[in-house]
Amino acid sequence: MPGDAALEVAIAAKLYGARPVLRDVRFRAGAGEVLALLGASGTGKSTTLRIAMGLDTEFEGHVHRPPGRLGVVFQEPRLLPWLSTADNLRLVADGAPVSDLLAEVGLAGAEAVMPRALSLGMARRAALARALAVRPTVLVLDEPFASLDAQRTAALATLVARQARAQGITVLLATHDLAPALAVADRILVLAGHPATLQADIPRTEYPDAAALRGELLARFPFLESVAEEPA
Amino acid sequence: MMVRVAAALRDRVVSLLALLALWWLAARIAGTPRLLPPPEQVLAFLWHGLLAGDVARNMGVTLLRVAAAFLLSMAVGSAIGYVTGRHRRADALADPWIVVALNLPALVVILLAYVWIGLNELAAITAVAIVKVPTVIVTVREGARALDPGLEELALAYRLPPLRRLRRVTLPQLAPYLAAAGRSGLAITWKIVLIVELLGRPDGVGFALNLLFQDFDVAGIIAYGLGFAALMLLVEATLLQPWERRANAWRRGA
Repeated sequence: MPGDAALEVAIAAKLYGARPVLRDVRFRAGAGEVLALLGASGTGKSTTLRIAMGLDTEFEGHVHRPPGRLGVVFQEPRLLPWLSTADNLRLVADGAPVSDLLAEVGLAGAEAVMPRALSLGMARRAALARALAVRPTVLVLDEPFASLDAQRTAALATLVARQARAQGITVLLATHDLAPALAVADRILVLAGHPATLQADIPRTEYPDAAALRGELLARFPFLESVAEEPA
Repeated sequence: MMVRVAAALRDRVVSLLALLALWWLAARIAGTPRLLPPPEQVLAFLWHGLLAGDVARNMGVTLLRVAAAFLLSMAVGSAIGYVTGRHRRADALADPWIVVALNLPALVVILLAYVWIGLNELAAITAVAIVKVPTVIVTVREGARALDPGLEELALAYRLPPLRRLRRVTLPQLAPYLAAAGRSGLAITWKIVLIVELLGRPDGVGFALNLLFQDFDVAGIIAYGLGFAALMLLVEATLLQPWERRANAWRRGA
């Protein structure tokens, strides 16, 4: 039985037409837990996230989300171009401390800026601020660090992890980049195969340090190396 | 920028004055003021009519009919256009009706409305709305088809309340299509209202045109025609265009 505060995803099968894309992808995540979902592009990471969010309901299995709001960062920032950056945050969360949230993602003073004047990296950070603005119980991030430099990625990943622990947010992070996953995730999930199955669910605490976990992951899943080197 | 605008305005004024001069010249050469009255005769008709009150009254009545038919056709057409643009099944079911309605002669609709509903205001406004609704549907349907699915998903994921989703996410995307439907809608609506009035109303510009036609009063016909066209241009410039500019402001300014 899923605890009320836990996110549970149990996908027995997901088909696109007649083609199975996911099989037996099952995981649970408690409050404040950060899960990183790794896999080559096209393995079904985004599909898994869409199912977890409730945007895709055509699958065999079930999803349980804890009560409360969902924060989402899609692969594209998806800011409404006709609203200022601050209004994009207010759209989903009335009365959120917009200026503080923007400052936390490194966008201090950008309240009145229209989205088209933001770089892709800035827009991604605004989208992250928007996700945090709803004070989510579950935060789903689909490649949130693509097109950000290593330093910015590390800073934002740390911010996500800190918020997750402080506010008890369950985080589901799909990424092609091993570095932020190793830096912040409590557990690392690896999707692989055709149809994709969950081939690893490794608690970070089982390894003395990130380097050891990285070594183990690369040994078991050599494709992660090339995935990690792929440009965004 | 300002210089370019001023130059464009000057060209327009010059062009308009040239048209007036040409009209005046043609009336002079023809020498038959009953068939082709010069501009000053038309202006005099308009002036006396305005002083007597009948021109303003007829134009007011017509304006109210235009407003009612316009609002009705925009509301109904936008709603159907949105639904058919979003749901393939609804579109498949409605499309043949829309095609038939688009190709129905306005005159036939007006005559049938008068026969079926009666020679009254309801029939007049319904007839105009029926003629106009299909073009609104087609334009707004196009807009609904072009809605960004990514933004719809965003609204869904963040569980935006329906009204906020409509106001903040959907309507801004539909605004250019609504504006286009509105502009072409107004232009078509008022011309159909005149026919409706000519055929079966006891007042309004169309009714007045009918009386003037029976007297072969060309000055009056031109005066009413140009006078009401000017009024409609004014409505477009002071109501529709500013609204359209506001709705699209985010596309220009950063």
